[in-house]
Amino acid sequence: MKQQKIANIWSFLILLAGTVFMIAPFLWTLSTSMKDQRNVFEIPPKWIPEPATFGNYSDVWEQSPLLNGFANSLIIVVTVLTIGLFVSAMSSYAFSKFDFPLKNALFMGLLGTMMIPYSVVMIPQYIGFSWLNWVDTLLPLIIPGLFGNIVVVFFLRQYLSGALPNDLIEAAKIDGCSFPRIFWSIALPVMKPALAAQAALGFMGIWNDFLGPLIYLHTPENQTIQVLIASMQALYIGQSNYPMIMAAAVIAMIPVILVFFFCQRYFIESLAISGIKG
Amino acid sequence: MTTTKFSGYRRKELFWLYLFVAPPVLGFLLFGLAPMLFSIYISFQNWDMLTSPTSAGLGNYKELLQDEKVFKSLFNTVYLMIGIPIGMVISLLLAILMNRPLKGISFMRTIYYLPVISPIIAVSLLWQWILNKDYGLLNNLLWDWFGIQGPNWLGDADWVKPSLILIGLWGGVGGNMVLYLAGLQSIASSYYEAAEIDGAGAWHKFTKITVPLLTPIHFFVLVMGIIGAFQSFSQIYVLAVDGGPEYSGATIVFYIFEHAFKYFNMGYASAAAWLLGILIFIVTLIQFKLSNKWVYQD
Repeated sequence: MKQQKIANIWSFLILLAGTVFMIAPFLWTLSTSMKDQRNVFEIPPKWIPEPATFGNYSDVWEQSPLLNGFANSLIIVVTVLTIGLFVSAMSSYAFSKFDFPLKNALFMGLLGTMMIPYSVVMIPQYIGFSWLNWVDTLLPLIIPGLFGNIVVVFFLRQYLSGALPNDLIEAAKIDGCSFPRIFWSIALPVMKPALAAQAALGFMGIWNDFLGPLIYLHTPENQTIQVLIASMQALYIGQSNYPMIMAAAVIAMIPVILVFFFCQRYFIESLAISGIKG
Repeated sequence: MTTTKFSGYRRKELFWLYLFVAPPVLGFLLFGLAPMLFSIYISFQNWDMLTSPTSAGLGNYKELLQDEKVFKSLFNTVYLMIGIPIGMVISLLLAILMNRPLKGISFMRTIYYLPVISPIIAVSLLWQWILNKDYGLLNNLLWDWFGIQGPNWLGDADWVKPSLILIGLWGGVGGNMVLYLAGLQSIASSYYEAAEIDGAGAWHKFTKITVPLLTPIHFFVLVMGIIGAFQSFSQIYVLAVDGGPEYSGATIVFYIFEHAFKYFNMGYASAAAWLLGILIFIVTLIQFKLSNKWVYQD
């Protein structure tokens, strides 16, 4: 018993030290973002900015269309998540609960797409979208996502096969419920927790996506928040204006951290589940 | 014929089923298969997207094998994978420590997870400042605490990759820790109880029960880690501007990006992308083949 207690204390101390290492960079960023450009190169470094100012935030906000950036990121996330998740739910229902000719071939084919790295399709997709004159619009980042995501389909299919009893579907059929109706009022509600977990993961992936938006979006007003923030580096690092860059970084992080704190359960669950079952 | 084979209900059902699975299949054809085939074609062309493409034969592939930067970026990409096993060890240890009834554990878990969800661009900017040679936090602390003159982390060709690994560890251990924690909690306590009766110590329990029973998670983390490392780009774009000093930070995706979207060498970049695609395919295949040898299945 005593041994257990000592082990617990050691565990706590080691984890606490790790926690400090994990959080320190964030605190340092926050601190720098509230410093005056003149005080930023002080040695030894000061953790509490003195004088503290929010001027960098308002300057960054004025000099870069960050509001547009948030709006653009939000448009992509919301459309892709609502439509894409719904579409994925539809096909996962069909794949998990029914038999139909070519089912396995189709499913295996879709799983194969998981093997194609983005860099292989990135160039031809870019050429295709530029033929459609979609470069510098959000469309190339939205449209492919509307067709559902095979990883999500795979995950939801696993979930449904365990969570939705076949008898329930049969009973609804006998009661004269149509196919789409069964999906809408029986299968979809059953999937809710799994959908929430996938939405959390999807939000993170799409909001933090960089390579795609970087390739397609050129005008600052059309860029997502990540691309805007990345372009600040070129803007301010030449003048070593770290407070401005750190303010921009904080602004980019705030929405994600807020969403994370409110939906933490889904984030951690989704990761744990997808890891073990995937 | 079909009327005898399928009843009216079944026919309707089949209609709905195909309708339901159509979008991802269509998506695969439009955004997966078609681009892939097109990419094979352009990899044999010279094309800048302004003039019409001209046939290059095997030229792009030959050129690829002669460019020193290809090998450099491939080497860098593989070098950065050193972080994967290190990260696995750290996150497993953290998970074991966390799998105890401690105060404030859920708060600490949240903190460890914070870097995982933070936007990689913002995180990269933050580290760029911390790793600044003269005024960065890290070198200042190294000097104050240990009297060590820290290196020029991101400005010295020898230190760029270790810096990237360090940042990757900070950003990644929290995610894998959660995976391992879930894995630990799924191990039945009866295994440990039986081992204790047989007189096994902590080390034996760890090496003979914990580690082998977690092999599915080791496998998942390893496969995803390697696929992810092959495709790392965003942090490189910010932390190793133009590939870093002496191209020491450039990864293969960065190389492809440069040739496609800076020089608009679409054919050449496609050839490089195929080199990467085939590489990922082979490595993943080998991992799955080897997995029967060491991954535990119940």
